[in-house]
Amino acid sequence: MSEAVTAGGSQAQTIRPPERRLAGFWNRFKRNKLAVVGLVIVAIMLLTALLAPLIAPSDPQAQDYALTLQPPGVGGLMGTDSLGSDVFSRVVFGARISLYSSLISVGIALLIGVPVGLTSGYFRGIWDEWIVMRVVDSLQAFPFLILALVIAAILGGGLGYAMIAIGIGFIPAFVRITRAQVLTVRSLDYVDAARAIGTGHVGIMLRHVLPNSLPPLLVQTTLAVGYAIIAEATLSFLGLGAEPGQPSWGSMLFQAQSYLTTAWWMAFFPGMAIFFAVLGFNLLGDGVREALDPRTYD
Amino acid sequence: MAFLVRRLLLTLPILFIVSVICFSMINLIPGDPATVILGPEATEQAKEQMRDRLNLNDPIPVQYLDWLGGVLHGDLGESLIDDEPVSNIILQRLPVTIELALGTFLVSLTIAVVAGILSASRRGTWVDYVSTGIALGGISIPHFWLGMMFIIIFAVNLGWLPASGYEPFFENPVANITAMILPVFATGLRESAELTRMLRSSLLEELGSDYVRTALSKGLSRRVVVMRHAVRNALVPFVTASGLQIAGLLGGLVVTETVFQLPGLGRLVVDSIEQRDFTTVQGAVLVITMIVVLVNVLVDTLYAFIDPRISAGSRG
Repeated sequence: MSEAVTAGGSQAQTIRPPERRLAGFWNRFKRNKLAVVGLVIVAIMLLTALLAPLIAPSDPQAQDYALTLQPPGVGGLMGTDSLGSDVFSRVVFGARISLYSSLISVGIALLIGVPVGLTSGYFRGIWDEWIVMRVVDSLQAFPFLILALVIAAILGGGLGYAMIAIGIGFIPAFVRITRAQVLTVRSLDYVDAARAIGTGHVGIMLRHVLPNSLPPLLVQTTLAVGYAIIAEATLSFLGLGAEPGQPSWGSMLFQAQSYLTTAWWMAFFPGMAIFFAVLGFNLLGDGVREALDPRTYD
Repeated sequence: MAFLVRRLLLTLPILFIVSVICFSMINLIPGDPATVILGPEATEQAKEQMRDRLNLNDPIPVQYLDWLGGVLHGDLGESLIDDEPVSNIILQRLPVTIELALGTFLVSLTIAVVAGILSASRRGTWVDYVSTGIALGGISIPHFWLGMMFIIIFAVNLGWLPASGYEPFFENPVANITAMILPVFATGLRESAELTRMLRSSLLEELGSDYVRTALSKGLSRRVVVMRHAVRNALVPFVTASGLQIAGLLGGLVVTETVFQLPGLGRLVVDSIEQRDFTTVQGAVLVITMIVVLVNVLVDTLYAFIDPRISAGSRG
């Protein structure tokens, strides 16, 4: 039985007032330069997504057949694509679709994975050992992208179904992390104490066990958003996510594939956007992990 | 041996659930699967034939047992497009994916071992910064995009290597290898990133431990200590990590094969999805997942041999 935890470190069990813990966390976080870079990238992406109509010089869906395949400089900052749309505007609006869809998929995974991991690890027994964990093992045997691809295909394709498919693909990881935390906490004295004074199962789980699972979940959530961005781009690239007309980074790459010999900019810029977005979330996630785990700083 | 047997027994429930999931694919199609497969214009008669063909009129447990019985005899059904047995199609595609996977694995392992050892043993130098920087970047790059950039740079602009055009190894080894170089490096470079990070951190942990200090203070050279003592211990978790990578790698090949137009299993899944050939999708996904499960068993067994503590009880 592998009890391997895929992400998240152990956190100190010492009890400190919440505000001091938060200040300590922030101090450790900001000492890590890469983590701050990650935070800045994520903030820029967030602002770009929110302010897209103000930043983009033109409508991302506007097509101008007189101005197709213009190189960067001539046809705007990042050139124009095969339909004459402005690549820069599409990249800017792409931040919206990318962020929105990855947050929704990770949200789906959290919403299902955390309660399942929490109850399964808390009550243990046959249900946990033979049903939940074996299904989790089996789902993890499927390569993530293939699982997402097949679910999206069964459901019928389109961005909405792609988000659901990616979300389902993430569920096993969230079940595992939550459950692993629950297992370390459930037999600690303070949980026994809560039980002794008559707190019910739900109360113990929500008030005493869940808060302890939050740090590793926070790390996993951040890293998962980064991965969801790649997954959404991949499904859209394979034609099972966003529609080709929608300004999604993945569907832009799908479109660019036929023009690799003539219009490198169609592929280069959306890919760079994905790269920086994912890098931002990865750095942020690593930073949060290190700041939560005091052992990494001497 | 006992370890291997026990490990195989533990995978039985996983294989069972995996088979149920693959089987359910067709039944899980929302609405009427026959309509989805044939399109809304299909006649009622055609749909009825399709339902018959997929045994959709039987009760689900009967359907499953029928299907499983076939699978256990190597019968994965027939393609809905051209009636060819799915197992034949898969056997044709499998060598491409295996070649690609092995090449990628080799490239990523080589890069990771060299970069990991260099950056851990020269911590804080420019070598370390460059290799951790590349590793960090590598994790964030969608590798199909890296593949596209490789095509633009090496195939379109420099003209060194072809962007596509797979030929079987035994028919034309030179063309086969030149067609494989770009996809193997595009995927391998990305896959190496995680492994490099992993090896670096476990090697750093070893280098900080007491036995390394003892070895150094007794006068052994740093090179000997790193290569003979620390690396050996650091490789133990590394083997598991690289084995687990196989699942991600096989998933990633779906896109690599699409970008480079290689006729492998991943491409088969994508094409069959496009053509709504769900029996082929089902068969291909089942085979890919079985490979992942078996590789994991192998890795665990290998792990037990490298680290005798794990199988101490069962190897007597």
